[in-house]
Amino acid sequence: MIDSLLAYLDTLFLVLFAGGALVGAVLMLVLRAPMRVALALIATMVCLAAIYGLLGVHFIAAFQVLIYVGAVMVFMVYAIMLLDVRDPSFVDRFSRLLVPGVAGALALLGVLVYAAWTDLPTLPEGSLTAAFGLREFSVTFLNEYWLHFELVSILLVAAVVAAIAVIGVNRGERG
Amino acid sequence: MDKVQLLVSVSLALFALGLLGVIVRRNVLVMLMCMELMLNGVNLSLVTFAQQTDSTAGAVLVFLIFVVAAAEIAIAIPIVLLLARNKHTLDLSAYTDLKG
Repeated sequence: MIDSLLAYLDTLFLVLFAGGALVGAVLMLVLRAPMRVALALIATMVCLAAIYGLLGVHFIAAFQVLIYVGAVMVFMVYAIMLLDVRDPSFVDRFSRLLVPGVAGALALLGVLVYAAWTDLPTLPEGSLTAAFGLREFSVTFLNEYWLHFELVSILLVAAVVAAIAVIGVNRGERG
Repeated sequence: MDKVQLLVSVSLALFALGLLGVIVRRNVLVMLMCMELMLNGVNLSLVTFAQQTDSTAGAVLVFLIFVVAAAEIAIAIPIVLLLARNKHTLDLSAYTDLKG
């Protein structure tokens, strides 16, 4: 009785947070001010973190909140606050590609969802909650994927150097 | 309805909405945020498939995508600030001389 109730609650929360993520994504498209778009994106990311938590991968949920919401979006909000709010692109939201863009995105979504619904193997109920733990993940990460880890650290250093170079170019032009 | 199908459908919808945002919005910062939305959709599908097959490779890939997204934002925001300083607008139609 309690087990079935818990499974029901689990599914209910999963559907709720999935709906929340979709609502946030749609709001990102229709809202005018970039700060509100950023807040809608943060809401979507928090909903996705909740979905990861419900799936049992708690460390990915924590890193989703820490890295995406905590670092990337704070950076984005700083950039929005640095820039002028009386911009013409705030008044007129959409480019002239609105109609073909919506048609193309709807067609793409239809094809993808059709493929996902017809070709995916279905699972027995409850098998999604059997998750691997942080220990297993860490051992695999640093034993099998150490080269990718090092490559990604080089990529981060390259990004930092490139960002400094971009700012340096601007300074050089202005004397 | 199966949970895997629901989550994969949500991830596909997030990807399509992000792509739509990149195409139809005019503000450069909003386009950047829509790219982040596309990455988030891909992350959700990776986590779902990693859980489905009980393998850690998907989770490792999610971590690498986190780092790549951070690097992308670190390099994209200075470029956007530079463009906005030169053209005095965030409207993408002002940057058409970048076509060459």
